[in-house]
Amino acid sequence: MSNSNFTRRGVIKSGAIAGAGVALPTIFTASSAAAYTNEPTGGSVTFGFNVPQTGPYADEGADELRAYELAVEHLNGNGDGGMMNTFSSKSLKGNGILGNKVEFVTGDTQTKSDAARASAKSMIEKDGAIMITGGSSSGVAVAVQGLCQEAGVIFMAGLTHSNDTTGKDKKANGFRHFFNAYMSAAALAPVLSKLYGNDRKAYHLTADYTWGWTQEESIKAASEALGWETINAVKTPLAQTDFSSYIAPVLNSGADVLVLNHYGGNMVNSLTNAVQFGLREKVVNGKNFEIVVPLFSRLMARGAGENIKGILGSTNWHWSLQDEGSKAFVKSFGTKYGFPPSQAAHTVYCQTLLYADAAERAGTFNPCGIGEALEGFEFDGLGNGKTLYRADDHQCFKDVLVVRGKENPTSEFDILEVVEVTPAEQVTYAPDHPMFAGGALGNCNPGA
Amino acid sequence: MLGLNKKDFSLLLVVAALTLFAPFILNPFPEGSGMAQFNAGYPDLMQRFVIFGIFAIGFNILLGLTGYLSFGHAAFLGVGSYSAVWMFKLLSMNVIPAILLAVVVSGLFALVIGFISLRRSGIYFSILTLAFAQMSFNLAYSVLTPITNGETGLQLTLNDPRVLGQSATADGSIPVTSLFGLEMRSTFEMTLGPWLFQFNAGYYLCALILLLSFYLSIRIFRSPFGLMLRAIKSNQTRLNYTGLNARPYTLAAFVISGMYAGLAGALMASMDPLAGAERMQWTASGEVVLMTILGGAGTLIGPVLGAGFIKYFENIFSKINDTVLHGWFEFMPDGLENLIVGILHPFIGKGWHLTLGLLFMLVVIFLPGGLVEGGQRIAKLFRRKKPDDAGDNAQSTPAE
Repeated sequence: MSNSNFTRRGVIKSGAIAGAGVALPTIFTASSAAAYTNEPTGGSVTFGFNVPQTGPYADEGADELRAYELAVEHLNGNGDGGMMNTFSSKSLKGNGILGNKVEFVTGDTQTKSDAARASAKSMIEKDGAIMITGGSSSGVAVAVQGLCQEAGVIFMAGLTHSNDTTGKDKKANGFRHFFNAYMSAAALAPVLSKLYGNDRKAYHLTADYTWGWTQEESIKAASEALGWETINAVKTPLAQTDFSSYIAPVLNSGADVLVLNHYGGNMVNSLTNAVQFGLREKVVNGKNFEIVVPLFSRLMARGAGENIKGILGSTNWHWSLQDEGSKAFVKSFGTKYGFPPSQAAHTVYCQTLLYADAAERAGTFNPCGIGEALEGFEFDGLGNGKTLYRADDHQCFKDVLVVRGKENPTSEFDILEVVEVTPAEQVTYAPDHPMFAGGALGNCNPGA
Repeated sequence: MLGLNKKDFSLLLVVAALTLFAPFILNPFPEGSGMAQFNAGYPDLMQRFVIFGIFAIGFNILLGLTGYLSFGHAAFLGVGSYSAVWMFKLLSMNVIPAILLAVVVSGLFALVIGFISLRRSGIYFSILTLAFAQMSFNLAYSVLTPITNGETGLQLTLNDPRVLGQSATADGSIPVTSLFGLEMRSTFEMTLGPWLFQFNAGYYLCALILLLSFYLSIRIFRSPFGLMLRAIKSNQTRLNYTGLNARPYTLAAFVISGMYAGLAGALMASMDPLAGAERMQWTASGEVVLMTILGGAGTLIGPVLGAGFIKYFENIFSKINDTVLHGWFEFMPDGLENLIVGILHPFIGKGWHLTLGLLFMLVVIFLPGGLVEGGQRIAKLFRRKKPDDAGDNAQSTPAE
């Protein structure tokens, strides 16, 4: 190695060190000034919308993104204000949040924990997002919730139905508006008993992963409490597309109810197979054979087409509800996009509003302040009636809808009819319920 | 120097300089400017660049030298991640034991899979490794849930024993990964005028390990062992006829590259203590193949470039949405603005796969040697006086 080469490097090196030395004072001022991660400066605040834009839940993700954009529009005082006008808390003025204009960044979770965390991390580290929201799968929601806890930002969960999100994997910085598997089961049980009687024999097909298991566990517990008998519960691989080999044994099992603990494409395929096998026309033990799909969504129902008619399930919200909040939301969503919103769109819109309102009431974006403002917060006017954000596990408690596939749909969106609105008291459980035990919220983490 | 010839040593120096100054190089645009969207100099992405660089370097030892195309390398990455997270759960939050265990476990795993898969070569080998990886993925997703926590992924909790560390910090949160007290997530921010540069402890640990892995890979490429592996690639039958048993060599290469993958998995878990089953899916295995081919299989630096290229697209292009586009083309008349945004729409945001696919096709068709060949062609334009040198390079494996 020659000497001249060495000195040139030396010059560059010492230059860099000198530059760093000059900049050093600013480093300390920069890091000590922030009281919490990504404290907004300069009159704007950034939200991170982390939804699946590719993969099996891309439909839900796209609808969520529409609702987020609508919520940001309303928060900044554009559009007709939507549910901000019907929301029981009146802190939001349509001038952003605490005078800061709301901006947002989007990312693709690909319905993979890794990609979702990478995307959320880049929002926090690069774009300075103060709050992350989204998710269309419980695994992703739990993973991103953990990340937000570590990084010190708030996570407002989107479409996640597993008990674990606010059960054993709950976190102090994470909040869920959507209902869960236990609530689905608790809401369905009385309706099942009323429509199908108390001496049924059930056969479960369950998607073989966390959500499927908690769903199966919840439904089993609720239906067995009615007096139903569980004949068999079979786990199906998540990637399965043809369920014929799983449906055939149902025919000779002596069961008279089939419970499909499937979601998304899985449910569309398994239901279609079940109908093709003529299960709906069968009479077993002197009773009509019935099919139950515990978690329904309109997007799924559309995929299943004709087969969905008369099938019972539960849902968080439906656009045909006639309360003021729902009507206002459907109107502003419909005006902007030309079709009614799905339950995924509804829950993320509510979550964005709830976050903004909490920040406004707390007077700060500090995650700990927001946590305090949301814990035990009671509100109304967001389409689900009176709702409580419980402090013990950051889960919302509200009415659950039991729905059925419509026999005579009038449009491609009018597929489900509401059979019963199960009141919140019936689906409420103790925070230390065995299905939710094993986790701890920990303390709120403001980061920095 | 360091047992390398001058050319390799200067290559090592270039890589060292690139990784050392990455926070500057990857952040060329000032904060708040329109182009800041394209900055990649934030800790998470920089960590990903070097971690996947390590993964691809290891993969290249197998594909580039022996020519065996493994379609199941993500399994080793996943095994490494799971081992590392278990170390964080049971032992302590120090990354050293986690990395060591991960490398050992993935090495053993590679030994078993390699022993079976290497009985065949060519497409049969690829399919066998693919089958093993898919098997690992499905096991991790459902049957092995007590170990892997299934779809949710293995995470740290407040109830973990952590016998050498603490279950929870004084303020009741989960402790963070560290290297003897130096927190992996701690970031040093430097503001220079409108620019903001972030120096992250975890990134520099990964970068240091990348340099070591890169150095080791150069030594393997230049060693008699490396030469033997190249002989296997060029004609295995001939090698067999000369009385040499090729299998121990291929097995060794397979295990080494499996250990590299395990190392990368452990580093991923060290930077972000979570291990998910998707890490083992076949698409993840395919990704490292793409990285290596895109950068230039059989070259030293190619895989690192390819890894950076793909991760950049995944993280930067997927985040450009229509609102951002409208921001860029604001100055145009409304109709034209909407037209341009409409044309670009399929290529950004959720369409990043499409853009990447197009670029991959362009590279494979016009630069069969990968990005490295592109670099060589550019270099040749500036250095026309030494054509012999370039010809010599092309005949043997291009080294830079």
